[in-house]
Amino acid sequence: MAQRWPKLVLLVAVGLVVAALVAFLIIRGTGERAAEAARTPYEQPALAKTAAGAGAHPAGQWYIPAGDYASTRFSDLADINTQNVGQLKPAFTFDTGYLKGHEAAPLVVGSTMYLVTPYPNVVYALDLTKPDRPVKWSFNPHPNPKSQGIACCDVVDRGMSYDNGRLFMVTLDGQVIALDANSGAQVWRTPVADISKGETVTMAPLVAAGKVLVGDSGGELGVRGSLKALDEGSGKVVWKAYSTGPDKDVLIGPNFHPYYPSDQGKDLGVKSWPGEAWKQGGGTIWGWISYDPELHMIYYGTSNPGPWDAEDRPGDDKWTAGIFARDIDTGQARWFYQTAPHDLYDHDAINEMILLDMPVNGTMRKVLVQPGRTGFMYVIDRVTGQVLSADPYASMTAYTGVDLKTGRIQHNPAEVPQSGRVTRGICPAAPGGKDWNPSAFSPRTGLLYVPHLNLCMDHVYTGANYISGTPFLGVESKMYAGPGGYRGEMTAWDPVRRKPAWQIRENLPLWSGALATAGDVVFYGTLDGWFKAVDARSGKLLWKYRTESGIVGQPISYRGPDGRQYIAIYSGVGGWVGGLVSGGFDPRDPTAGLGIFNAVPDLAKYTGRGGRLYVFALPR
Amino acid sequence: MSSPCRASLLALVLLAGCDEQARDPRGHPLPETGPLLSAAMNPARPDPRAVDYYKNAFEVSQGQQLFQWMNCSGCHSNGGGGMGPALSDTKWRYGSSMADIVQTIANGRPNGMPSFSGKLTQAEMWQLAAYVRSLSQHVPQSIRSGRTEGLSVGEPSTLRDPHPPRAVTPKQDEASVE
Ligand code: HEC
Repeated sequence: MAQRWPKLVLLVAVGLVVAALVAFLIIRGTGERAAEAARTPYEQPALAKTAAGAGAHPAGQWYIPAGDYASTRFSDLADINTQNVGQLKPAFTFDTGYLKGHEAAPLVVGSTMYLVTPYPNVVYALDLTKPDRPVKWSFNPHPNPKSQGIACCDVVDRGMSYDNGRLFMVTLDGQVIALDANSGAQVWRTPVADISKGETVTMAPLVAAGKVLVGDSGGELGVRGSLKALDEGSGKVVWKAYSTGPDKDVLIGPNFHPYYPSDQGKDLGVKSWPGEAWKQGGGTIWGWISYDPELHMIYYGTSNPGPWDAEDRPGDDKWTAGIFARDIDTGQARWFYQTAPHDLYDHDAINEMILLDMPVNGTMRKVLVQPGRTGFMYVIDRVTGQVLSADPYASMTAYTGVDLKTGRIQHNPAEVPQSGRVTRGICPAAPGGKDWNPSAFSPRTGLLYVPHLNLCMDHVYTGANYISGTPFLGVESKMYAGPGGYRGEMTAWDPVRRKPAWQIRENLPLWSGALATAGDVVFYGTLDGWFKAVDARSGKLLWKYRTESGIVGQPISYRGPDGRQYIAIYSGVGGWVGGLVSGGFDPRDPTAGLGIFNAVPDLAKYTGRGGRLYVFALPR
Repeated sequence: MSSPCRASLLALVLLAGCDEQARDPRGHPLPETGPLLSAAMNPARPDPRAVDYYKNAFEVSQGQQLFQWMNCSGCHSNGGGGMGPALSDTKWRYGSSMADIVQTIANGRPNGMPSFSGKLTQAEMWQLAAYVRSLSQHVPQSIRSGRTEGLSVGEPSTLRDPHPPRAVTPKQDEASVE
């Protein structure tokens, strides 16, 4: 009896707290809805600018998925603007014939559009001069079908790059191929991955300074990640930089000057791991690369360490889950910053990095901005690797901040997963505050348009067993909507003032890229197939169009041979979260799809499979 | 194939396995199994030993354990799928009989199912096949493994809603299995 009283008191207390919380949430909810209706424009002078020298962009064309080396995804075309975008109509469509996740950005060179499909990575060249936009040529690289089984999260392809008369593409089984853009004839083909070890390639290669840069996927299969630079002309590998192992393999030499002491020291890629765990340590490179031609440096992030079970790999697990700056010619590392030392949650650092020049505490700095999977918006000096600010932009319980003195992320001890005990309410979930799908930046508004997630998870470590070519995880996880119950969000972020200008909540997780245009319109798509145009200054919805399937692609804009501005986007649900529908999986298993399908058990109500290009224009 | 499986975890799982055995009187380990009879490839003449596996709670439970240890779960989750197809639905690319499933495990399949020959004994493949079947077929509660998957992330499979009834009577189900 004596023990029962305190229990009762506790119950009442808990009840009161819950009631207060509910009331608070309701009040907050209505407040936010009111703000939604008003949508006042964000009237602040734009202070951030695209990095000088990295924003060059062939007029009215689209050569690389990000549009430019600074990765702004900004189109300087302004024919379509906030006044007339409401009249946008489909100009033409094209069915690819495949039904997996269509994550790629179309490219436009001269009067030809180039498309690449998910596995089997078929390339189409469409003739934009003819009313029917017929196929000029197509190319099937015939990748090994076994590669489908080791692609962690659908058999996607994030795009190609164009330079100097050639297209550069990758296949899921890890071949890099150069094609003659005019004829579709293969110029060279270089295999860079070994599927028996679980290596695949899904990223878009970047071509710059005579090199084709390609990484790998397989952070979920104990792959030892590496970035390769191939000679643009011959396809020969010029340099290869591993993400784990001894300094000589990581291309760490005398020019390596990381900003923080925890990244300084010899062979940390070995010493920060137990035994030989670095050999299966992950750190794959499957996201985006930015390039600063003036500094001659490339920037890219490495994936989560392997296995996901962090108890199996005590230490910082370098150089995983961090950002590398390297000399593009030699591959030599210049600096490194680890966003998630000893990552606990699959918080890769592979997201896009937008190169900007902007004032920080009154001084102009050359920075890179990364909306991190950790949920922090990192502003990093791209010359030195110093973190200038890191502010949360997504729901967060896992971390309490980033210590700017040491650069280290601060963990909330209550949310550190363990073996044998489920840790609940971890935000952001494994795909992070934001996954791979890239943001856009407008130098006109100075805002970064970030399509992201609001997902949390329960996590338990189960111990991992390395078998080459199979998953190396040791985790069970189950994801669900974050606070507020919505699962996606479009945030316009002011990097200088370090706060959101406006936000749009989306019911489903956002898995599409964004595009910003000089007409002050921002485009993005949703998993239920809506392609949306919003006002870049206020976030007001200006136009939307329902496509045949969920959108996980990257919108682009170009000027057609007829002089009109077009907007192009793939529709075709898939990728990690959308794989539930494209792969026909079973959401009754809460751990399916590494736990993400549990967050979207309703997805099939909103979308079926698809694979279609949509191109929009104003009526003549 | 290094195996940093934690000892504590191992003990836990083994204990659970013992529990299983205790709960179901029929749940005794079977003697070592040889390769499938060639006649088993003929759907009309199933291998008579198959039924001993999928009707045996101990073997199904062993199969579940192997499903985690051999990383099947990394690709198929707890049946719902991910890198590999769902095994908890009623769609089969390569057939649902014990013989078909053992073939799938031993030799792999062209679109990315790896071959496990040399990594598992015949008996282990049979156990796995019995467990894989239990994910989608109508099996008695006494045979379905009661161990919670992944130490309680999901509902224990015994407490979960039974899969939607299939349009077959138990009799037909039995016939279609082999
Ligand atoms: C690397 C990922 C991977 C691993 C590990 C893996 N599978 Fe598979 N599995 C697949 C893929 C991909 C397919 C589909 C193959 C195809 O369609 O050709 C598949 C197919 C199957 C099928 C056939 C399903 C059908 O519809 O006919 C079964 C049964 C199966 N796997 C069981 C297992 C078992 C048991 C294990 C562990 C011993 C395992 N798998 C390990 C990826 C994997």
